Amino acid sequence: MEATYIKRKKDGRIHIKSGNKGDRVLRSTLGVLTILTFVAFLFFNYAGLELGSAITETAYNLKVMFFEPALSHFGLREAIYQVGITLSLAFLATIIGAIIAFFLSLMAATNLAPLGLTRIIRVFVAFIRAVPTVLWVLIFAIAAGLGSEAAVLGMLFHSIAYLVKAFSEAFEEVDKGILEAVRSTGGNWWHIVKSGVLPSTFTYLLSWIFLRFEINFGVAVAMGAAAGAGGIGFDLFMASSFYFDMREVGFITYAILIVAFLLEVVSTRLKKRFFPATSD
Amino acid sequence: MNEKKMRKNRWQTVIFLLIIIVLTYLSAAITSFNFVDGLATIPKAIGWMFSNLMVTQETLDKLPTILEKLAETTFMSIAATTIAAVVSLFLGVLGSKVTKVNNFLSVFARFIASVSRNIPVVAWALVLLISFGQNSVTGFLALFVGTVGFLTRAFIESIDEASQSSVEALIATGSTYFQIVGKAVIPQSLPQMISWVLFMVETNIRNATLVGILTGTGIGYTFDMYYKMLNYNAVALVTLCIVIIVIVVDLISNYVRKVIL
Amino acid sequence: MSLLRVEGLGKSYTADKQILKNINFEIKAEELVSIIGPSGAGKSTLLRCMNRMVEFSEGKIMFNNRDVGSLDKKELRNVRANIGMVFQHYNLVPRLTVIENVLHGRFGYKTTLQGLLGRYTEAEKERAFYLLEKLGIHEHAYKRCDQLSGGQQQRVGICRALIQEPKLILCDEPIASLDPNSSKIIMDLLKSISTEMGITCLVNLHQVDVAKHYSDRIIGLNKGEIVFTGTSHELNEEQINKIYGTKTEDLITA
Repeated sequence: MEATYIKRKKDGRIHIKSGNKGDRVLRSTLGVLTILTFVAFLFFNYAGLELGSAITETAYNLKVMFFEPALSHFGLREAIYQVGITLSLAFLATIIGAIIAFFLSLMAATNLAPLGLTRIIRVFVAFIRAVPTVLWVLIFAIAAGLGSEAAVLGMLFHSIAYLVKAFSEAFEEVDKGILEAVRSTGGNWWHIVKSGVLPSTFTYLLSWIFLRFEINFGVAVAMGAAAGAGGIGFDLFMASSFYFDMREVGFITYAILIVAFLLEVVSTRLKKRFFPATSD
Repeated sequence: MNEKKMRKNRWQTVIFLLIIIVLTYLSAAITSFNFVDGLATIPKAIGWMFSNLMVTQETLDKLPTILEKLAETTFMSIAATTIAAVVSLFLGVLGSKVTKVNNFLSVFARFIASVSRNIPVVAWALVLLISFGQNSVTGFLALFVGTVGFLTRAFIESIDEASQSSVEALIATGSTYFQIVGKAVIPQSLPQMISWVLFMVETNIRNATLVGILTGTGIGYTFDMYYKMLNYNAVALVTLCIVIIVIVVDLISNYVRKVIL
Repeated sequence: MSLLRVEGLGKSYTADKQILKNINFEIKAEELVSIIGPSGAGKSTLLRCMNRMVEFSEGKIMFNNRDVGSLDKKELRNVRANIGMVFQHYNLVPRLTVIENVLHGRFGYKTTLQGLLGRYTEAEKERAFYLLEKLGIHEHAYKRCDQLSGGQQQRVGICRALIQEPKLILCDEPIASLDPNSSKIIMDLLKSISTEMGITCLVNLHQVDVAKHYSDRIIGLNKGEIVFTGTSHELNEEQINKIYGTKTEDLITA
């Protein structure tokens, strides 16, 4: 007598996988990604590639970069000043972004704003996120002229998109009881935000802002190199594409690396302190 | 006592805000950023975008070329992400507290991840460009290196979170290391990892545009070319194409995430 | 003849703090023995020394006439395959099906490759279903473990231990996360495993009454030392005070 709860294959062997939708989608995702990767290598443009010499040359360049870093076109003071500019661009974009994102996210949190409004904000945010930052900077550069304004405004967009998502999720997690308590005392919408939402989420918001600052530093370097936004990124671009000076590239890379490491250490601490579940 | 504490808190907030204001002022001074000008630019820029960034009939003729470049960029991003994911899986397993082979390899894996993550993609792109030349391989490698750094950290977290308890149980049944990794750790953390991979595919399509501008390949180069030719209608079309592909990838990943997580 | 003999066992993580001191006991085949004691007494560490999930610092453990302390990697794997283990938090792979989790118990008998490819024989699968049916959770066989209740998950954990065909099952606080109803089911199961299937069970418990009701013998542990061994009848008020350092009435919260 065969038990009916055992699932068998056609040849009589017993199944041990549940074969549910999640498993199937997981497998197809892996399959599709693998196939696309193979197709990608057929699609590649291999113009002027000489793999052998490219690898040895790059290895040599990396060796020069990391073992013989030196400055030749400007001095240490200037280098520090340029890192300062990059940090400043990142800081401005983060702070202004945070202020704008704060108000937008109040309108994007489902427990604070009407559903229609939250949808509109979310679609808007998804759209600005989809445009690469470098395109925003370049587009602003036409309208505002190349300069720190274009760089900061261009970087602003992704900062806003990122922070609106983080902030509105933090707001939505605020305990219902707190909101009701403020509401029951006759507080208006602004009261609810000021004395209900803000106190319980303030530290969260701050750490998200710092995390974004860390990201923005990298973005600011990239904008300097690709969009002429100034700062250490622009020097990196000049050293490698204009002077072909690997020692200077190495020095600048170390400078960026040190700042990035410092920022990462701080943000890992913040994460550990405020989001213990999401970090080790 | 309580009042004292409150007063102290208030002071802390005031000092904190003062520091922020001073830093903002310093940053603005150092970059000669003018708040009034900056804010005034926004309506001006938006007005400019609406009057100039229009897709016209004649730019549509360029669509096939643009789509071809877009496909090149998209495929490059996917390939860089998946191959980086394979490497990150090894580094992640080595780096995780739960599955590490020994402390040295664990620290080594984390170190590799940290360095490749913290050196910006632009630096990799610029250095690789010198020897690899203007082609997809340069962009692929630049994205690959940055992605390995990011995914390794994400995978280490996924593995740590997912598996501690079942690993202990399997050691107790007399399982070997590879059985434990292959049959308990990876099946358990795979959905989370796939979610990160999909996130990275989307991020890399956007980064590929940046890398493309620097290395003269793919959709980034196309954008840069029209931008320098002041052909803003074509710029608008390129941007629109990128937006569409990013949103499509985003929608697909959201669907997959919803089903597998 | 004893299945498990522990002589002069000691364990310390740092030089000044000894977790276990001079532990001696013997367990015969088919016995159900409980270890009781306050939290931090070293129950969990003691249990994990038996299959060297924790390496002990001194003393000797003989399991099935083999010296556990002197085994090389391969022999240790072999001994571990002969010892089942059940955990407080079940320690299943939550995303995998019940049947897959049960079959994980066979890894100890397989080569790495066989395990990785999931090569289970039909006999093993039949056996897994037989055990699931015996424990009354066969209808959940194709469900993911995270969809099961705590009591059901613990039964999956026991199935995983049983499919190892072990001589000994170590249970680390098997009912500490369960409601009273599920706790009773699990303890009844462990009892029948020792009496009917003839598998020795060594169980860490913190409920004295449960230990008294189910155990053939009880070991009382306090601050890393054995302060009591004997049958449930021999465990009186005075002995309990010695183990816990308090009166039983205060133990209700434990």
